[in-house]
Amino acid sequence: MLLIRRFEEKVKKLYNGGRVVGAIHLYIGQEAVAVGVCQALKKQDYVFSTHRGHGHAIAKGCDLGRMMAELMGRETGLSRGHGGSMHLFDPSRGLMGGNGIVGGGIPLALGAAFSAQYRGTDQVAVAFFSDGAANQGVFAESLNLAALFKLPVIFVCENNRYAATTPVKLSCAREAIAERAEAYGVPAATVDGNEVAAVHEVAVNAVRRARGGDGPFYIECKTYRVEPHCGIIPDDREKGEREAWRTKDPVAIFRTRLTAEKVITPAAIEVMEKEIAGRLEKAVEFAEQSPWPDPKSARHKSCLV
Amino acid sequence: MYRTAITEAMSEEMERDERVFVIGEDVDLFGGVYKTTRGLVEKFGPKRVRGTPISEAAFFGLAVGAAMTGLRPIVEIMYMDFALVGMDQLVNQAAKIHYMSGGQVKIPLVVRGQFGVGTAEAAQHSQHLESWFVHTPGFKVVMPATAYDAKGLLKFAIRDDNPVIYLENRVLYLRKEEVPDGEWLVPLGSADVKREGTDFTVVATSNAVHKSSEAAQRLASEISVEVIDPRTLDPLDLATILKSIKKTGHLLVVQEGVVGASFGAEVVRQVTQDGFSYLRRAPLVLGARDVPVPFSPVLEKAFVPQVDDIIQAIRMMLGPGAPASD
Repeated sequence: MLLIRRFEEKVKKLYNGGRVVGAIHLYIGQEAVAVGVCQALKKQDYVFSTHRGHGHAIAKGCDLGRMMAELMGRETGLSRGHGGSMHLFDPSRGLMGGNGIVGGGIPLALGAAFSAQYRGTDQVAVAFFSDGAANQGVFAESLNLAALFKLPVIFVCENNRYAATTPVKLSCAREAIAERAEAYGVPAATVDGNEVAAVHEVAVNAVRRARGGDGPFYIECKTYRVEPHCGIIPDDREKGEREAWRTKDPVAIFRTRLTAEKVITPAAIEVMEKEIAGRLEKAVEFAEQSPWPDPKSARHKSCLV
Repeated sequence: MYRTAITEAMSEEMERDERVFVIGEDVDLFGGVYKTTRGLVEKFGPKRVRGTPISEAAFFGLAVGAAMTGLRPIVEIMYMDFALVGMDQLVNQAAKIHYMSGGQVKIPLVVRGQFGVGTAEAAQHSQHLESWFVHTPGFKVVMPATAYDAKGLLKFAIRDDNPVIYLENRVLYLRKEEVPDGEWLVPLGSADVKREGTDFTVVATSNAVHKSSEAAQRLASEISVEVIDPRTLDPLDLATILKSIKKTGHLLVVQEGVVGASFGAEVVRQVTQDGFSYLRRAPLVLGARDVPVPFSPVLEKAFVPQVDDIIQAIRMMLGPGAPASD
């Protein structure tokens, strides 16, 4: 969680300085969702991410240098500079890509789950999406199909309160999105998405069910998108909203809990901070020293078969 | 028969490779609305022949996700028009993922469906969408006109590692022709000279291949017309087309899709660019009128070029009234 937070802070800084380009959607505030869910998965389980996907990639164990290189459009990037921030692919770790289309990855996750079922493996697939994506037709279609085919897929709704800049109360006639899943016969649970242990507990249960052949599960994680939708263009929030969130910061909550329960000491967290800072420096260095893709390769469809 | 050739191609490939499966609306118990999947569920079972709800976006996406993770889906679209409901999954997902992933993820997916003008099914059950797909990077686009090509191309398409859009013309489904025994494949990107000629080149697709061949037959005593079927619209076998035009100096493209910004227009662009010196007259594209497909059989017939229109166009292009470039 701390690594994701610091990675995103670093990306924000690099973006402001023009060193990272394109459409950047920061995951700050939602870290407990990616970590809570992905910690319940095995390496070979599939994750279908979103436009706001850096957290999912890190939680799936992707290489920080190659992630940073992708954000900078370099040849060494996770997608060889062909995808960018919204399209991080690392099939070797089960990361089956982000998606620039809100809700676009949901049925793809169904396909991976179908594939696992068809091939008789015990893999599961996770579709991350948001309250915004829940209003896409394909979400409803996918819930129905997943229940009908009893697919080992886990729908993870990161209800971060905003669809681009529109607050959830103005985009969802009924905010309890989990009810929609239940209406299609997909069992659901709603959790505090800022409590990593709570998310993890529900995710472990969902994964166990899916692996055991009991079909899909829906998890609604109530969280909060701290940063603007994209880049640094500020969006309006109700007065005091961001300030109120600070008391629910998932990283702070977990840190307080771990130190209070004496799982970790503040000094050890300091060491961790330093180690993370070093890893991120190295990642940036790797990215910035990496070559750009050969411009000719764009025209020659170099990686198209 | 064109239709059974399609069924046989799927059946043979499913026997050969257990990763191949068929998915779509009514493909299982009913055998497909035009019976192109008849017998498959009995032979391969419901696991590999999967009927779906009417949820194009979801089952297209499911097929793409399955293709990303080791399977080789064949998606049947009941009517090509319905593909538009799930177009995001085709254009933004299927066609782009291989490229966006830097080549790491392959999408061995065949999306096949039928369309056709001549059965009075009106504007939302008939239209030609091939030009949309040709315009989209990341798709290969196949449009067979004969049973031989239908089978050979489909088998090849199923073995391709990235998305192929396979377009079947329902007016050809019951067309009978002699086909050889044994297995054959038709590679993507290879045109076929359906009728040899020396005076005039017609490039035609799908049902227009047969209309053009009939026109050529009727003109045979006065004009020797060569009819070329590209079979694969993308990648296009331009070399075969240019070779013919080098010989004849004339090009007419005949299609049943509308002309503006279409496949036919693209053929003319490529020929003009790479074979301008061969052309003795300005090339022409004959196609559907710029309206949705009409319902009434009378209107529908007037909507697309008929054999007489093709004959007239060839005569016009060769006639004394036509402007000569040499």
